[in-house]
Amino acid sequence: MKRWIRAVMMAAILCWTPATASSAEPAAGQPLPDFALAVPKDAGLRDYLGLSGGATFRIGDIKAEAVVIEIFSMYCPYCQKEAPVVNELYRKIEGGPLKGRIKLVGIGVGNSPFEVETFRKKYAIPFPLFPDGDFTIHKLVGEVRTPFFIVLKTRQTGAPKVIHAKLGAFESVDGFLEFVAKSAEIK
Amino acid sequence: MGRTARRIALVAGLAVLLWAGTAAAASEAYRDNVYDPGKLKPVDSALKVKVGQRAPDFTLKALSGGTVTLGGFRGKKNVVLSFVPAAWTPVCSDQWPGYNIVKDLFDAHDAILLGITVDNIPTLFSWTNQMGKLWFPVLSDFYPHGAVAKRYGILRSDGTSERALFVIDKKGVIRYIDVHDINERPPLEALAAELEKLR
Repeated sequence: MKRWIRAVMMAAILCWTPATASSAEPAAGQPLPDFALAVPKDAGLRDYLGLSGGATFRIGDIKAEAVVIEIFSMYCPYCQKEAPVVNELYRKIEGGPLKGRIKLVGIGVGNSPFEVETFRKKYAIPFPLFPDGDFTIHKLVGEVRTPFFIVLKTRQTGAPKVIHAKLGAFESVDGFLEFVAKSAEIK
Repeated sequence: MGRTARRIALVAGLAVLLWAGTAAAASEAYRDNVYDPGKLKPVDSALKVKVGQRAPDFTLKALSGGTVTLGGFRGKKNVVLSFVPAAWTPVCSDQWPGYNIVKDLFDAHDAILLGITVDNIPTLFSWTNQMGKLWFPVLSDFYPHGAVAKRYGILRSDGTSERALFVIDKKGVIRYIDVHDINERPPLEALAAELEKLR
């Protein structure tokens, strides 16, 4: 009997190790887990992000005061429904005083480059999208459901800091934008 | 010690099985309504059809009412059959919403998509309602249970079907079969490449 209990305990210890390898869901006040993305081939998208070149970059390299990351999947119905709303957020930023200060990127979890491109074309998405085909980034951000929005304050020392994390659609584009600007202390 | 070690291995193995299966990104559309069966045996059936052969004909009840007969498309449309294992499971709940935004890809290749599961119509109704309006027919292979899946050799031992794609040309001949690892979603580019070959 004792042996049996010991077996269960040892198994539990053995099993915990892989579980902790997957990070927790992003939360306000925490640093963003470190990951690299491929520098876009498209010059317009490179300019948007303020990247000069190289093969990869990190979120902290983006020229902006705040970055909004959308974790999405081409296969997710709510992401499909939300796509025009996120496009509107992009247009509101680009057409107003916050242009250049808040930037958007999308990460397609479990999506191949072809699938991300399909999503981009379908909804005419103007901001950069990146594939995360093998769920590497998805695991780093706690395997969140989609769409999931992570708002980061950048351009500071250390890793970009999460100032807001949210599952699902935002109710109003204006409200969300105002909230981002305020939380990132953009005046 | 040998017995203890075996027990450790058994419990650890079970725990690993329980963890897996969360690899697919879950859409918020289903909230907590998707049942996670854990990691399943990748393939659990033996195919009974092959490429180059005439696709066995069938007639199934459609979610939109009436029936759909495969042979009805002969001479008119290429047909893609997408069997998914069951409603309300992780990967399946994603696969068809993806196909739902690529109608133009199917149109460009003069192809129709038929989505098939072994679930009954009321279950398919509730489940597909979460996906938005689907442009393609959804068919129920419920009764006699999984008869079409069985005819094609993709009915698993637990009564669900494989996650399988069949591309059938206008002559009714099977041109491509992908009995995919049930735990993973077939990449869209593979299907796109097969449709391209029909030109």
